[in-house]
Amino acid sequence: MKLSRFNIVSLTLCFAFLYLPILVLVIYSFNASKLVTVWAGFSTRWYAKLFHDEAFLQAAFVTLKVALVSASIATVLGTMAAWVLVRFSRFAGRTLFSGMIFAPLVIPDVILGLSLLLLFIAMNIDRGVTTIIIAHATFSMCYVAVVVSSRLVTFDRALEEAALDLGATPFQAFSLVTLPVIAPAVVSGWLLSFTLSLDDLVIASFVSGPAATTLPMRVFSQIRLGVSPEINALSTILITLVTIGVITTSILSKRSALVRAGEAEG
Amino acid sequence: MDTAKAPPPTSDASAALPPWQDPAAEPLIRLENVTKRFGDFTAIADLSLDIHEGEFFALLGPSGCGKTTLMRMIAGFEAPSAGRILLGGEDLVPVPPNRRPVNMMFQSYALFPHLTVADNIAFGLKRAGLPRGEIAERVAEMLRLVQLENFAHRRPHEISGGQRQRVALARALARRPRILLLDEPLAALDRKLRAATQFELVDIQERLGTTFIIVTHDQEEAMTMASRIAVMDHGRLVQVGTPEEIYEQPNSRYVADFIGEVNLVEGVVTAAENGRLVIDWAEDAAPIVTRSDVAAPVGTRVTFAIRPEKITVGAEAPEGAANAWQGRIEDIGYLGNLSTYHIVGPAGRRFKVQSPNRRRVARREFSWEDRVWFAFDETAGLVLTE
Repeated sequence: MKLSRFNIVSLTLCFAFLYLPILVLVIYSFNASKLVTVWAGFSTRWYAKLFHDEAFLQAAFVTLKVALVSASIATVLGTMAAWVLVRFSRFAGRTLFSGMIFAPLVIPDVILGLSLLLLFIAMNIDRGVTTIIIAHATFSMCYVAVVVSSRLVTFDRALEEAALDLGATPFQAFSLVTLPVIAPAVVSGWLLSFTLSLDDLVIASFVSGPAATTLPMRVFSQIRLGVSPEINALSTILITLVTIGVITTSILSKRSALVRAGEAEG
Repeated sequence: MDTAKAPPPTSDASAALPPWQDPAAEPLIRLENVTKRFGDFTAIADLSLDIHEGEFFALLGPSGCGKTTLMRMIAGFEAPSAGRILLGGEDLVPVPPNRRPVNMMFQSYALFPHLTVADNIAFGLKRAGLPRGEIAERVAEMLRLVQLENFAHRRPHEISGGQRQRVALARALARRPRILLLDEPLAALDRKLRAATQFELVDIQERLGTTFIIVTHDQEEAMTMASRIAVMDHGRLVQVGTPEEIYEQPNSRYVADFIGEVNLVEGVVTAAENGRLVIDWAEDAAPIVTRSDVAAPVGTRVTFAIRPEKITVGAEAPEGAANAWQGRIEDIGYLGNLSTYHIVGPAGRRFKVQSPNRRRVARREFSWEDRVWFAFDETAGLVLTE
């Protein structure tokens, strides 16, 4: 179908609205000038400067560590929760439990952060990288549970029964059949948690201690002193990372949809 | 449809008797007073059944009759609420499904989508801890058996439905189970392929000698393949017998009606002597005269069952027929090789009559609204008291 002129205009407007700010940011990250609003030729000096800034590198390291560990914890916990919710449809309190697992998706970050902070104080846990990891795992686990349970719902249970029937133990049935089949959803969940952790500012601000500053926290505190081109460079790197994550996720889910189509036919 | 099937070969001298008639024969699998309840619902009610080595046994019934539940209990996916399941004399109930010498072919085939055809077949062999060389050998043998040698490295979504069905069969047979359970194995195939596959399954079963238990709602499928059929209804066995017995001597209206087409005529016995019954079924019409072993004294209400193909149609009253009436052709169903006539007989009672089309249609003898005679002899029908 050919696009009409009206459709072309609306599509352009929509995408301009979404991506113009990001485009401007990316372009200005290669600006030679120190002034963010004046273009003075192409340069990568802000990237170079960024990689020599100890504080930024430290923050980037903390962020990556938090994102990797919390995403992994969230994936394991979220997959387990999804499994129980989908598989054991009749146990006391199931409705309550399934409602509760999804609640953090809609609870404001401020409240979640505050409640976690209070919990850590009450339990007398020193705030630092560990508390950020726990906090991030807590809220991203819900996203994993949502993604994985929506895949498990369409998973043909006969596959597991077939595995058992062919001599697999229940654990082998899960690890050799169920897990590989739902793997794209699990990986999507992991990538989602990773991205969520990467760009969380609010919750991390509540639960971090003096020694642990994540990148978003660093950027936010810098911004209060004025926008520096370094931040543009940093943002460009983050955008690139996130874009790779999103594209990988969508390729994975498209592929698994193909396999699923074959499975449904069979 | 009613292909006669030789009983499976047995080694001892009394081979003349099929194992289910031999009181000395040990059944391979024995269900003893098995009951299965799901909450308030009773899926299987106090069911007992023996199945012997080498049988091709069909569990036949409408959906919801409990046949699949019964199969899942043999596979180990459901535990009976009461009763015992014995395999070769040993209690099977406490054995988990992965330790039972029983394999199942699932209705959805349940092929592992992330594994190739060969790896699907090898799955069970790897779990059994067979050496690598033997696994490769066994997989090749299975691929040959189902004629899929060229598809070993395809994924399930890269092959056709018929091929998937064969992979599922090969995978279930690879572990050489003592019993193969088949849950509606042909339901997903089209009609032509289904007919071909039926004979292929029988062929494979006879070659391997494995005991097959098939669950189906398709009576034609059960008749074609099985050495014995168990007709089920509401969690109970209604009749167990060979296809011939089930078709020619149904023990109840339910079985007669479920297997093939049948005319059921209700009436009252007015005379009974020397194994011959006279049944009054309509005012102003000659009674039905039939031979029967059924003990039905005068005055008993009975149902007379007669298959459409056992009634003949003619322009004249046939000579010497024990039962003949005149009727009007209301409808003709042309099936190509056969025609089904709906004839309105005495008292407005409708009869279905089936006769082969020996001539081409243009030269057909009868047409709509023709008055014809329909008749059958003394031994054509069956008296049911249930």
